[in-house]
Amino acid sequence: MITLNLNGKDHSLDVPQDMPLLWAIRDVAGYSGTKFGCGMGLCGACTVHVDGQATRACVTPVSVAVGKKVTTLEALHADPVGQALQAAWLELGVAQCGYCQGGQLMTATALLKGNPNPDEAQIETAMAGNVCRCGTYNRIRAAIQVAAGKLRESRA
Amino acid sequence: MSGTDINDFAVANLSRRGFLKGVAAGGALLIAASWGARDVFAEERKYGADGMEHGWVDDPKVFLALGADGLVTFVCSRSEMGQGVRTSLAMVVADELEADWAMMRVVQAPGDEQRYGNQDTDGSRSMRHWFEPLRRCGAAARQMLEQAAAERWQVPVGECRAELHKIVHVPSGRSLGYGELAEAAAALPVPARDSLRLKAPERFRYIGKESTRSIDGADIVNGRAVYGLDPRFENMLYAVVARPPVYGGKLKALEASAALQVPGVVRVVEIAGSPLPSEFQPLGGVAVVASNTWAAIKGRQALQLDWEDGANAVYDSVAYRQAMSAAAKAPGKVVREAGDVEAAFAGAGRLVEAEYYIPHLAQAPMEPPVATAYFADGACEVWAPSQAPQVTRERIAERLGIPFDKVKVNVTLLGGGFGRKSKPDFILEAAVLAKEFPGRHLRVQWTREDDLQHSYFHTVSLEYLRGALDADGKPSAWLHRSVAPSIGALFGPDPRHENAVELGMGFVSMPYALPNLRLENPEAAAHTRVGWYRSVSNIPHAFAVQSFIAELAAAAGRDHRDFLLELLGPARKIDPHSLGDTWNHGESPTLYPIDTGRLRAVIEEATRQAGWGRKLPRGRGLGLAVHYSFVTYVAVVLDVEVRDDGTLVVHRADMAVDCGPQVNPERIRSQMEGACVMGLGNTVVSEISFKAGRVQQSNLHQYEVARMPLAPKTIAVHPVRPTGEVPLGGVGEPGVPPVGPALANAIFAATGRRIRDLPIRDQLKGWREA
Repeated sequence: MITLNLNGKDHSLDVPQDMPLLWAIRDVAGYSGTKFGCGMGLCGACTVHVDGQATRACVTPVSVAVGKKVTTLEALHADPVGQALQAAWLELGVAQCGYCQGGQLMTATALLKGNPNPDEAQIETAMAGNVCRCGTYNRIRAAIQVAAGKLRESRA
Repeated sequence: MSGTDINDFAVANLSRRGFLKGVAAGGALLIAASWGARDVFAEERKYGADGMEHGWVDDPKVFLALGADGLVTFVCSRSEMGQGVRTSLAMVVADELEADWAMMRVVQAPGDEQRYGNQDTDGSRSMRHWFEPLRRCGAAARQMLEQAAAERWQVPVGECRAELHKIVHVPSGRSLGYGELAEAAAALPVPARDSLRLKAPERFRYIGKESTRSIDGADIVNGRAVYGLDPRFENMLYAVVARPPVYGGKLKALEASAALQVPGVVRVVEIAGSPLPSEFQPLGGVAVVASNTWAAIKGRQALQLDWEDGANAVYDSVAYRQAMSAAAKAPGKVVREAGDVEAAFAGAGRLVEAEYYIPHLAQAPMEPPVATAYFADGACEVWAPSQAPQVTRERIAERLGIPFDKVKVNVTLLGGGFGRKSKPDFILEAAVLAKEFPGRHLRVQWTREDDLQHSYFHTVSLEYLRGALDADGKPSAWLHRSVAPSIGALFGPDPRHENAVELGMGFVSMPYALPNLRLENPEAAAHTRVGWYRSVSNIPHAFAVQSFIAELAAAAGRDHRDFLLELLGPARKIDPHSLGDTWNHGESPTLYPIDTGRLRAVIEEATRQAGWGRKLPRGRGLGLAVHYSFVTYVAVVLDVEVRDDGTLVVHRADMAVDCGPQVNPERIRSQMEGACVMGLGNTVVSEISFKAGRVQQSNLHQYEVARMPLAPKTIAVHPVRPTGEVPLGGVGEPGVPPVGPALANAIFAATGRRIRDLPIRDQLKGWREA
């Protein structure tokens, strides 16, 4: 048994230590907002936060997350930065199929928390690990800037 | 679902049959028929939605439910894969219904074409085939509400007008909300089609406007949207499948004991393959069934497998390219001819030759193929991200040997489709395995490696062109040989030639005014599963034709845009059949001629917006291409910088689009933006190649796709409104084809280097020194 703190709640999961966090979250804990895309940390669809750090759940053994706080897309709205990004995503109509967008939002949230004023190059560097096959990158870039602006206003 | 039952909204006074049009004879093999074995053009032709299996339906009883709470539920029968179809079709219905957008809900129809009409979501045709039927559907429901109000008030129905979710009695100003009228309206007959009053376009509230938001947007950003891998059931099983590495290969030996030792693994099950061609059948192989996905993956790693590769083990992309090149050097089957090219070549002032290579691609939707199935008591239910639920249902019934009506196919959201999810092989795997575990839900999950190695790949193509310029630098002759294995090889004996659909994707249908022209299609054999990929054969054809026109312009010392416009000739409407394009994207040649005036207009708009002709430093250039596909006209200008180290920066894309009347302009822009990015990925980084019959790429580090740095800094989409009345065009696919050649042409303008082999990858390294 492993105890996983997921979205603020402890879950006792009967899983092997080496099971990737992704499958523990999806198949065992039952949260489906975190997606499988590649299984090698190459696409970012499975991005979650482990103690606030953007983490590829598909290559992170569940044992690594023990004793830490794991946050998934389902709890992103509880975070002001996450909420601002979700609002910007809707305002700009970012999503097409939407499958990768949870991972994009989780990565973008971690970016803005570490750097509230990213320039275009910094956004590209931070987001280059998240693939969107529908090609929504321009709107993702713009939505991050919109959310960053809104967050700056709210702090001012 | 809130509201009354879908069936209760209306009591139709017309029989169901009365609402159905174009119910085609000819049985279940529609896709097979139109792609291979049978000549669809031998029969009397039906066009548009009438030509699709099971046609269209416009019955509000089928598509709408209105609750006493006023909520409107629209049943969407087309699959959502990011093109926005659930939102855009709901906009059409809501507009004619005069519904409040905030009161609209959308539920997804299961696969049932007898009820819903054609559900194959492909060919960029949802809107052009469903716009009119769904307008009628909304209008019929609106008139029923007006009638119900008139009866309530005992006033003439002509005094009642629908206005944003209520019916107003105009003389008195009284009103009743839609919810208050729901029950009474549901008891009324559906008005006859010829009594429907459609809105005048100037009264549209949603159609053509920017006033609505995506119906699924909030669910997507909150993690509530349900994709193929999301339905969750008690006690469910998870499977991954080891498939033969070579198309047509078979299992020779299996040792499963180590796999069965993996904790969580329940059973190892062999899946029978199918003789070639395998159409939509599973490839066969060995499934590891477990209590969770990870156990299944680990179990599969522990399998000891030996395969019999079969005849396609010879497939080697390097050798195949040489074979295609050799085929292109010799005359092939002539598919269109005008004038006398040989005489023109003999007398030419200047000859230009080029050979273009466009590799296999994998759709690689972000959601790899995945499906969940349940089998019990001789019935099967599946939950799957399918672009083609009807054929899925048919194949499951056949494969499991159960009646068609014992199969239910629930369609989830698709985490990307791009043509991959038109083929239900992965759903059949789930159904076959579920039958082994009656009473339990079973999910088959494809890994990314499975997806890239066992896709239905975009064809590989070699395009050879030879052109002549006369003494005045005007093009006097054009020979184009297109060599590519055909999708037809999925459905019958390998035709070795492109079929009418493939030829009609920008090859025989090319509309340029050339006095002497010959188009040939030499033979090519398929050695893997070739399938649809967003915009299909338009990709290689547009790349070759649009690159070559720029090459001719350069050889003639002419401005590319001026040369292109001149080659297009005077504005005229061309009957595609007169060019030998008997397909015309399934549309009527009268309703949808190829209009060179519209091609010209998008070229002029894209180049104007891009500032065509402005002086740029060496290493930076503008590139132009135009292409007509899916009955839509798109021109692209890319502003590209080639850095000293050979890396590409696309500063700006100007895309001019004429898709006829626009229903959801915001989603049209998003589709063009996405097409631009995907087109760049196709051209710069993506390639699937084979060695010893095996795909050489395993995951996204080897099969690269566009990432954010490759996306243009700005993508500006410019709608071009046609003059005069034209019908709707496609949107999902036609943005892709011109992007690749626009990039190659921009690179030429920037560097003087001509790209003829895709993908570009590091071909530009050292360009400055050269």
